[in-house]
Amino acid sequence: MEIPLQHYLVFAAVLFSIGAFGILTRRNIIGILISIELILNAVNINLVAFSKYTSISPETGQIFAIFIITMAAAAVAVGLAIVISIYRVSKTVFTDEMDLLKW
Amino acid sequence: MNADLSLFGNIAVYAIMGVSVIAAIGVVTLRNLFHAALTLAMVLLGTAAVFISLQAEFLAMVQILIYVGAVMTLIIFAVMLTSRLTDESIPQQNKQGFPAFLVVSLLGAVLIFILLQAPWPIHAPGVHSPVSVTDLAKAMLGNYVFPFEVISVILIAALIGAVTIAKKDS
Repeated sequence: MEIPLQHYLVFAAVLFSIGAFGILTRRNIIGILISIELILNAVNINLVAFSKYTSISPETGQIFAIFIITMAAAAVAVGLAIVISIYRVSKTVFTDEMDLLKW
Repeated sequence: MNADLSLFGNIAVYAIMGVSVIAAIGVVTLRNLFHAALTLAMVLLGTAAVFISLQAEFLAMVQILIYVGAVMTLIIFAVMLTSRLTDESIPQQNKQGFPAFLVVSLLGAVLIFILLQAPWPIHAPGVHSPVSVTDLAKAMLGNYVFPFEVISVILIAALIGAVTIAKKDS
């Protein structure tokens, strides 16, 4: 018995929604970055599930998932460097306290 | 390798999905960011298990090595370098919790509704043999060699940029 495609898609959609909720409600930048990781994971599950169930060349989805993992690693490295740099300047990691560009 | 999971395997996959969803809720709601990072590791491991159930074993290994190994270490380091987090008096959520929950649950409901309605062109099981690492390597260095080179340049640029941004000015 094979798990139907829709169950994987629903799982990924639920993970995506939870990640979006985290992005909208977290005050801490690192929390927002963590939620972005959740969303990228949901996308990866979708890609792999589609490549197994519907694709003509089944390795394509996995290649794209590998690319997304690479991009996520790059994004997290740069994002956390920016967070540490901001923390050094303004001693805060909360998004609503960062008003350096406001006047 | 048998293409279909046994009934016990299916139940295990659904259980892993359930635990992952609960851990994901923990990721976005836990007050202590260190605990949120640890539950994120749980979600990532659950995703790796789901990849294995989709016969993407290489991707599961990459997921564990890169996400659980490298990205989690980075996140935990950043959490520790920017502490002042566990203080109970500092709110960790902004005041948009309820409207955000409404919008997100509406989005999720619409997404799931459409996903269940759509006629996906699913091919019969067993048409393709499972993707082996050899297939992946041939595709990555054959058809997809240009994106592969581009992503290598992006990665090296991002790492140099991260070092440059994070280092102290002398």
